[in-house]
Amino acid sequence: MPDQQQPYEPERAVAGTGMGGGMDLAASEAATLEPDPERPDGARPQDRPRSLWSDAWRDLRRNPVFLVSALVICFLVLIAIWPSLIAPGNPLSCDLARAQDGPSPGHPFGFDGQGCDVYTRTVHGARASVTVGVCATLGVAVLGSVLGALAGFFGGGWDAVLSRITDVFFAIPVVLGGLVLLSVVTSNTVWPVVGFIVLLGWPQIYRIARGSVITAKQHDYVQAARALGASDARILLRHIAPNAVAPVIVVATIALGTYISLEATLSYLGVGLKPPSVSWGIEISAASPYVRNAPHALLWPAGALAVTVLAFIMLGDAVRDALDPKLR
Amino acid sequence: MLLEVRDLHVEFRTRDGAAHAVNGVTYAVDAGETLAVLGESGSGKSVTAQAVMGILDMPPGRITGGEIRFQDRDLLTLKEEERRRVRGAGMAMIFQDALSALNPVLTVGDQLGEMFRVHRGMSRRAARAEAVRLMDRVRIPAAAQRVGDYPHQFSGGMRQRIMIAMALALEPDLIIADEPTTALDVTVQAQVMDLLAELRREYDMGLVLITHDLGVVADVADKIAVMYAGRIVETAPVHDIYKRPAHPYTRGLLDSVPRLDRKGRELYAIKGLPPSLRAVPPGCAFHPRCPMARDVCRTDVPPLYEVSEDRGSACHFWRECLDG
Amino acid sequence: MAEPAAPGGRASTTAPAEPVLEVSGLVKHYPLTQGVLFKKQVGAVRAVDGVDFVLGRGETLGIVGESGCGKSTVAKLLCHLERPTAGTIRYRGEDVTRLSGRALKAVRRNVQMVFQDPYTSLNPRMTVGDIVGEPYEIHPEAAPKGDRRRRVRELLDVVGLDPDYVNRYPHQFSGGQRQRIGIARGLALRPEVIVADEPVSALDVSVQAQVINLMERLQDEFDLSYVFIAHDLSIVRHISDRVGVMYLGRIVETGTDTEIYEHPTHPYTQALLSAVPVPDPEARAHRDRIILSGDVPSPAAVPSGCRFRTRCFKARERCALEVPELAVPAEFRHQQGPAAHDSACLFAAERQVVR
Repeated sequence: MPDQQQPYEPERAVAGTGMGGGMDLAASEAATLEPDPERPDGARPQDRPRSLWSDAWRDLRRNPVFLVSALVICFLVLIAIWPSLIAPGNPLSCDLARAQDGPSPGHPFGFDGQGCDVYTRTVHGARASVTVGVCATLGVAVLGSVLGALAGFFGGGWDAVLSRITDVFFAIPVVLGGLVLLSVVTSNTVWPVVGFIVLLGWPQIYRIARGSVITAKQHDYVQAARALGASDARILLRHIAPNAVAPVIVVATIALGTYISLEATLSYLGVGLKPPSVSWGIEISAASPYVRNAPHALLWPAGALAVTVLAFIMLGDAVRDALDPKLR
Repeated sequence: MLLEVRDLHVEFRTRDGAAHAVNGVTYAVDAGETLAVLGESGSGKSVTAQAVMGILDMPPGRITGGEIRFQDRDLLTLKEEERRRVRGAGMAMIFQDALSALNPVLTVGDQLGEMFRVHRGMSRRAARAEAVRLMDRVRIPAAAQRVGDYPHQFSGGMRQRIMIAMALALEPDLIIADEPTTALDVTVQAQVMDLLAELRREYDMGLVLITHDLGVVADVADKIAVMYAGRIVETAPVHDIYKRPAHPYTRGLLDSVPRLDRKGRELYAIKGLPPSLRAVPPGCAFHPRCPMARDVCRTDVPPLYEVSEDRGSACHFWRECLDG
Repeated sequence: MAEPAAPGGRASTTAPAEPVLEVSGLVKHYPLTQGVLFKKQVGAVRAVDGVDFVLGRGETLGIVGESGCGKSTVAKLLCHLERPTAGTIRYRGEDVTRLSGRALKAVRRNVQMVFQDPYTSLNPRMTVGDIVGEPYEIHPEAAPKGDRRRRVRELLDVVGLDPDYVNRYPHQFSGGQRQRIGIARGLALRPEVIVADEPVSALDVSVQAQVINLMERLQDEFDLSYVFIAHDLSIVRHISDRVGVMYLGRIVETGTDTEIYEHPTHPYTQALLSAVPVPDPEARAHRDRIILSGDVPSPAAVPSGCRFRTRCFKARERCALEVPELAVPAEFRHQQGPAAHDSACLFAAERQVVR
């Protein structure tokens, strides 16, 4: 009957008491707290049409966490594309005579064990990290969400097979897998690393995508579209995907940060990028033997790495807060 | 009086400003009496009950004014510990959704027995025996065998009986039932309402029945309070209100339900929608939907006029409404 | 009615002049399986277990029953959202039960559905204009491209919404308004039949009446036939021309609204009717109430014989052995009058419970 039977609805959870679960008493009393477009007196609504995305964007703009992390990320992307913008020097020109020297004018971060300028190399190292992070995330997101959506939507045998495969991938220790697989690769570019991360990373997104597609599939609007005669492709693309994509975006953003640190880990272990390439992992690896004498050579690239990873994780958190219907 | 709510105000702080869920509600229940609080979603009927029970989530909820007197004590000034003693032993609540109100990982026997162990300090064994006795009391078949079952192993009607048993455990003086049968089928609803009425008589309890169903009200209530937008708009003994409503909202509700015993053509429909609690219309909250609205309704909030000794109506033109 | 050749008293109820939908022997069983890899069928949930009815043009057939009686599954079968295990659905004489592809899509234009829950039946990411206009995108032949915008606005107007709301999202509307949007979508292809599954049960009392009135007005305006499924007997009586009462996957009694509500002969119908609270306190004293014991059995373990016998106040030994047929009971077969309608009970007897 009427009243408290509406299922879970984003904007109704405002005054939840946590006592009655989905049929929360206070929450349903708060039902009329929703925007009320057609005022009984027939007044014209003045607010613009709003979608989940524009609502989320409105929230994000007011969230300091988002603003700070977005600013950091924009800066990172900028120097990844044009490192010479702020570090005009050549990262490969080193002077052994100045090895392990501290900061000096023109060389604010000092020199590393090879006598290379730490500032220049740290700035130039951003490119490898950002490339790996962005490309691996794109690959993981595309592969994982396509497979996950298909498995969740069609179910049956494919779902069973794919889900068992993801279980196998979850069982592979990432670093060990990287040591084994990447040690046979000779190419000294970011692409083997990207490929490796995509290979091991897709099951995570696959699970998220599959789960949210299964949830979205159960809604009546999917049945309504089917009753109209809509094709599977239409239902999947127009009705399910837009309603299932939010968690994928959130998880992918957070994963981007962890992929950057994974690249550093692999490079540190010598199976990712190798010198003469420039990357934060390589810097950290090279600086670690003489960390007592020249800690600055380790701290700057490690600090850059930490700030970058943190920025992406915070961005993911902010996006989740904005998209998570439970909070609106 | 067993329970008296006086001029209660509750608001919710939300992201988009304060929502006035309850705006000055006054009602009273005596021992052995059934008061039905009738209203649609958002009318504030459940929030009022939660405030009385002391289970309102604060924040975001906040009681901004009024008094709740139970057995001549103002509950709002009691300490939380004393308040807790009143809950359970003094008053108990039955919820709409028994499945989520019961703990899924404890057996019903444990949950029923816990009441006795906590409030009466009984031993485990004695508490279990009490649980079986209570389950018998609410006519759950084979109670002794089922006392070790989990909530999900019972049907909806049986779960609602367990909720009732839990509410009855400490023989409270007042039971608040919030839409106790809304989730049930009609044949099961009839069983549960019958049980509730019988137990109320037997224990001489006061019963506050919160519902949107005019049929259920007519079946069990002694008096009614009709709520709209956080206010009581009409209060009356049950026989009077169905015969001659004194508020246009009550009249509209009565005319808009289809009847089992006759086949009319077009239903009367109250135009428009219930108002948002964040923007309750000025004056009488019902005026934008009211067929009788005049200028004064748009500006002056109607007080609860005394229609007769035991009736009240918050309509400036209640006389007209009474005369149809 | 002296129907020619009505063997066994079947088809006593006046068959509608022009049948639009004919359903016979409709069955939907969901297999219960055990085992993870090698699934073995260990039983079946008999959600719908042999349902027959005819829906005439411009008519409203109400289907009532408690939760789990299979009424929603019937709705899904009619709208081809589920495939029946057995039985046939005929649309204007043509068997449409097992169509697929293009032929199915064509049939779907004519039978549309209105859903119970206005909160999940509209895609929250689409604007109202897109939702109501989607039928035209799926069936481009129904309206020329340039004309669609205008038609969508017209539909919104027809269901009582401001056409300027086309760019808004569903969450900006109340439950009643969303249900109107759902109805507008259902009307877009000008179907002949609308299957409404509990269309007002999620709405507030004052809004229910608005939606019911709207559906009645649309029926006259567009010459629609309704299959109206609900658990609320009062609403079903209000809107229906004929009513079928379902219990555990079967129709146990069917007839015109007067026959069912004023002259019920099946004990389940009688119990159901007597349990409905009447909004009239004066009726309290002299109501004939039948309180059934127990709950509805699981559709996975249907009782033998008459499926209602486990809760029936009239049950005898014969009821466990014999499956009662849905036909005019023998004692009324030669009568003329409202008690002579189909009722699947071996001991059918009239009892007036509504007054």
